[in-house]
Amino acid sequence: MLRLRQNLVPYGFLLPYLLIFLLFWAYPLIRSLLDSFDDSRILGFGFTPANWTRLFSDPFFMTALKNTLVILAIQVPSMLALAIGLAIALNSEVLKAKGFYRFAFFAPLVVGTTAYSAIFRLIFNTQYGAVNHGLNALGLPSVDWLNQGTPALIVIMLAITWRWTGYNAIILLAGLQSISKDVYEAAAIDGASKWTTFWKITLPLMRPSILFCTVLSVFGTLQLFTESALITAGGPGNATMTLGTYLYQQGFRSFNFGYASSIAYAVAILGAFVSWIQLRLLGRDNT
Amino acid sequence: MSTPRPLQKEQAMIQNPVRSSVLQSTLLHVFLTILALLFLAPLYLMLVYATHPDNGIYSGALWFGSEAVNNFKNLQADTNFLRAMGNSIIIAVLYTAVSLMLTSMAGFAFTKYEFWGKNFWFGVILATLAIPVFVTIIPQYILMARNFHLTNTYWAVILPTLANTMGIFYMRQAFLTVHTDLLNAARIDGASEWRVFWQIALPVVRPAMAALAILLFLSSWNDYLWPLLVLNNKDAYTIPVALGTLVGLTRVSWGGIMMGTALSTVPFLILFVIAQRQIISGVAGGSVKG
Repeated sequence: MLRLRQNLVPYGFLLPYLLIFLLFWAYPLIRSLLDSFDDSRILGFGFTPANWTRLFSDPFFMTALKNTLVILAIQVPSMLALAIGLAIALNSEVLKAKGFYRFAFFAPLVVGTTAYSAIFRLIFNTQYGAVNHGLNALGLPSVDWLNQGTPALIVIMLAITWRWTGYNAIILLAGLQSISKDVYEAAAIDGASKWTTFWKITLPLMRPSILFCTVLSVFGTLQLFTESALITAGGPGNATMTLGTYLYQQGFRSFNFGYASSIAYAVAILGAFVSWIQLRLLGRDNT
Repeated sequence: MSTPRPLQKEQAMIQNPVRSSVLQSTLLHVFLTILALLFLAPLYLMLVYATHPDNGIYSGALWFGSEAVNNFKNLQADTNFLRAMGNSIIIAVLYTAVSLMLTSMAGFAFTKYEFWGKNFWFGVILATLAIPVFVTIIPQYILMARNFHLTNTYWAVILPTLANTMGIFYMRQAFLTVHTDLLNAARIDGASEWRVFWQIALPVVRPAMAALAILLFLSSWNDYLWPLLVLNNKDAYTIPVALGTLVGLTRVSWGGIMMGTALSTVPFLILFVIAQRQIISGVAGGSVKG
């Protein structure tokens, strides 16, 4: 009896979470997989791969996919390079006024997506935005930021970079600080230059935290929604439509739950695939 | 193994370390300061714009104006902002409290007990970290709207987000630092398992919980997509949803919107200054620990 009670105790602690988890995660996970194969014209469940095959011939999905991949290929590496630089700079012993820099780079991490989307939409406005005011003051012409495809995509990427660089820098800084000082002393004794030390010691030893940041950023980018919805409303045309905004449109504007579910699973598969590549590239001989 | 050339270069630097390091340090500071000002600019402009009428914003105001009160009145008239703020506060407080409770109980079970299916459950829960929210959001919405009829309630916003994997992972890391001997001592004294958890283990991990609480509160405060789906009544809006409806309009009062973003952001900027250490350790603690 006592033994049984002891065995049930941990389940008592786990149960409230587990119930929520099963109801709001496990069930929806399976449900949306089924929905993605469901023929909505048939009452009850009717199996059809139509939602999945439709993805490949849907120009809107392809545009959303392309936009998301472009952001993935340009914004994520640029932001991580910047974050690595920041982490190393903030870790530097010669750096003064660390409090100020920390505030400047880490403050965006408490700002919500809606709030910064509003700010970026305003400051990149073509007629009266602060950015064009600044360009004009420097004698440069205004750019029609939000009404042209490439500039609009650049604004989105700048906004995400502004919001998430500090967040990544914190994680990288923690990784950096866990590297033993002995390694650097040994390198200094061997006469390694700062450049060599960075490439041969700092970067390889930061690999676990870089990998973590990359996976996190990739998942964040694949789930991009608010920035595209509020800064550019997916436009101009569909130039900044992301997988997230397209899914929202299909699921909650057209109430096409089956098709939206297959978009959702396409995002999940893409995420798993990209993470797998990252693990192969960055995770090798990871101790 | 080093070749003679870099060694000589290094020795040259050692012989004259002052000049090279002063130059490097100056460059570093100049570069970082420019970058820092660029990073602060959007926040600064938000504060400035919150105090200007729209024509002031359009003409490129760079210093504070005197229209803060009017902007707030417009904001309150456009969308019941105070109501939205009240909703946001209640939801964020409830979510943080319940989520801390659930994740710390689960984290405790995973670190301090051996039980059937332990690795299975932990594996399954961790695996959800790699699943985009999009995958679950549609059935979650259908559950809320059609099965539970909870749309436009606080619980509609809170319930699905309580399945917070990051929190469990974080609390598990925290409980790993609690010595089992300490818990056993309490057990020998006759404390129940619940008391061992509540009165012995929890107080030890309080600093970790504070950091997690800030992150949970922030994530709830700033959440947009899920509340947008389950709240469609103006009186039920949270701040992000209320602001989102304004940003999407064609004729907008930017002064009002900037006042709204400032009011929803400034408290956390102040909190960041006060609780910098906790917030930073919270973010770092969510990452892989060696």
